[in-house]
Amino acid sequence: MHDKHLMICGATGCLSSGSAKVQEALEEELAKRGLQDRFRLVMSGCPGFCEVGPILVVYPDEVFYCRLTPNDIPELIEKHLIGGEVVERLLYQGPDVEAPARFYQTIPFYQKQKLKVLHNSGIIDPESIDEYIMRGGYRAFSRALKLEPMEIIDEVKRSGLRGRGGAGFPTGLKWEFTFRAVGDKKYVVCNADEGDPGAFMDRSILEGDPHAVIEGMLIAARAVGSDEGYIYCRAEYPLAIKLLKKAIEQATEYGLVGENILGYGFNFKFTIKEGAGAFVCGEETALLASIEGKRGMPRPRPPFPANQGLWNKPTCINNVETFANIPLILREGGLEEYLDVGTGGSKGTKVFALAGKVRNTGLCEVPMGISMREIIFDIGGGIKDGREFKAVQVGGPSGGCIPTEQLDLPVDYDSLTQAGAIMGSGGLVVMDDRTCMVDLARYFLSFTQKESCGKCTPCREGTKRMLEILEGICEGRGEMEDLDRLHDLAVGIKDTALCGLGQTCPNPVLSTIRYFHKEYEEHINDKFCRAGVCKSLFEYYIDPEACDGCTRCARVCPVDAISGERNELHIIDSELCNRCGSCVERCTREAIKVIPVRKEAEVKS
Amino acid sequence: MSSESATGTVEQLPEVDLSGIEALLEPYVGEKGTVIPVLQSLQEHYGYLPRPALEYTARRIRVPLSRLFGVATFYAQFKMRPRGRNIIRVCKGTACHIQGSEKVGERVEEILGIKGGETTPDLRFTLEEVACIGACALAPVMTINDNPHGRLTPDRIKKILESYE
Repeated sequence: MHDKHLMICGATGCLSSGSAKVQEALEEELAKRGLQDRFRLVMSGCPGFCEVGPILVVYPDEVFYCRLTPNDIPELIEKHLIGGEVVERLLYQGPDVEAPARFYQTIPFYQKQKLKVLHNSGIIDPESIDEYIMRGGYRAFSRALKLEPMEIIDEVKRSGLRGRGGAGFPTGLKWEFTFRAVGDKKYVVCNADEGDPGAFMDRSILEGDPHAVIEGMLIAARAVGSDEGYIYCRAEYPLAIKLLKKAIEQATEYGLVGENILGYGFNFKFTIKEGAGAFVCGEETALLASIEGKRGMPRPRPPFPANQGLWNKPTCINNVETFANIPLILREGGLEEYLDVGTGGSKGTKVFALAGKVRNTGLCEVPMGISMREIIFDIGGGIKDGREFKAVQVGGPSGGCIPTEQLDLPVDYDSLTQAGAIMGSGGLVVMDDRTCMVDLARYFLSFTQKESCGKCTPCREGTKRMLEILEGICEGRGEMEDLDRLHDLAVGIKDTALCGLGQTCPNPVLSTIRYFHKEYEEHINDKFCRAGVCKSLFEYYIDPEACDGCTRCARVCPVDAISGERNELHIIDSELCNRCGSCVERCTREAIKVIPVRKEAEVKS
Repeated sequence: MSSESATGTVEQLPEVDLSGIEALLEPYVGEKGTVIPVLQSLQEHYGYLPRPALEYTARRIRVPLSRLFGVATFYAQFKMRPRGRNIIRVCKGTACHIQGSEKVGERVEEILGIKGGETTPDLRFTLEEVACIGACALAPVMTINDNPHGRLTPDRIKKILESYE
């Protein structure tokens, strides 16, 4: 037996902030003191709060340490592990807590969350099937083995679960179609090709609780009558792939995968396919083409994959988070509990990846129906650096933005669609007054344009034309008629593109025009980008009142555009300035302002 | 590059050693849906997809070269040219974009004198763009050889690049 369990986050977010070095230091230090047998060190999945990584949670004391560095380790071992005293300075501290917070429940980031799908993430060792089973894992599957396929499907239908990958199609219905489809062979496919820039929920689920996804797939297989499954995962997620492989091995060892599973005469085997970097492969028919080893191009539907999917066989394809919901529904008494959370049309929880200009970035799971305001201000802790909230982009390149006026909108499939966004996969990117909405629309279009597979004309040509117009506006060549052209193109692409990528890619443009029309007008008529993003549409100017001549800006300028003596006013030469913004970052007095481009006469005066 | 196409305006690519390719392809022969995994292991072996290796592979797994080429050029992961010793990936995800990844990318381009997708002539660096590496909490981010560098500002770039030989 171990005295304590040390769960250190080994997911990508914390690894980027150096959790591997902290883990090494812990290992070394424990070994040096001969303590390695008393304390068990586990690289766990993601506890969600990436902002304060690397994170270490000590059990059973339930103490949450954050922002660790290798230098903190000796003190932590000495004081806490040996002395039994919590190291206060390493606890979570922030403007939203009065005293250092010791555990999840006392940290505001966690208080409004409802951890269902993520209930194991960060708590168990993702490489241990035993820990998953101890937390109730595979019970839903063993229950499902005793049920008739239609009974399983019925429970999923009654749960109201809708696809978590984007479109929100009822999962139970999809399963029923696959179940009723005629075929000698059926497949279950997990879409783990999370390509939406700014979203990392699926990765965290796979890295934190891989067995939940496997269990969900097994239940689906039992329901639709399939004996073979594929997990299509981005190659950019090497850790997720490694953990999935391990989980499948363990489940096979335990007789949960393979032939005659638990004596029920049910067979199932898994194959993992690594995606090769194409956003369009998140679209189901493109994904299936990619598994078949072809270019990942979508095809018209119908026929839907439920009838003709992988190698033309009936195929049930769902997203990672959708599968991870299944065990929650199918376990004994799970359905009633599941129905307690959420709204009429959207049941359960949704995992969001919270990023951008928000204080607490990370992963959060919230009940459907919670307001956007609660997510951003209570969980997210509001906007970074005390700046002003401007909008939040929901659903990535397929979604739209939600402005301040709409912050009280309940987060569910239908309200978001009405507001011009979509639930999408669950990326939430928060923007402040330094984000330019025209540039944002241009950014998303340049992304979808690059990722357009080129098969259908509306998407291939339409996105290109829209992008050209937006680039023109951002570079000061815009005219008001451009907005009508954008609108016509957008509607045309939405109506006629072949697949989800094309049909949804105009959304960011339409929603920014809808909510930030003024900003477009300012770009077009005044040739001014107030946010200081579109380089041809603003200048930097040092406010003589605010500048104290500290020389920081001049020293950091890469093109030597700033001149001035110490303790005297500094001046930016706009001709030389390349608008890199390094000086703005450096200035401690907010003396560097964004102003419209001046004519030569104005500069001289 | 095969001998006939190495003439004229086509740039000279390094010699390709085809020993070892047989062992690499062996597990895939006769299997279905193997084009992408095959290309992935070829790229792992060579660092990119050399034409002679593709030609050999096409014959060996009985898939037309045109189809291999079509698949290879469709996916961002596959590279048709040799890459540098250090692979820089500047994240172009949404979170990184609004936190200034463009300025970071521009500074890298300026310092190295190459554009995205290109390699420095001394093969020291290859600059790539990636849609999102999922480290949004540390935006803007770039990775060099999979080491993440987060919360970047343009003025930090030079020093970081200098630490890679």
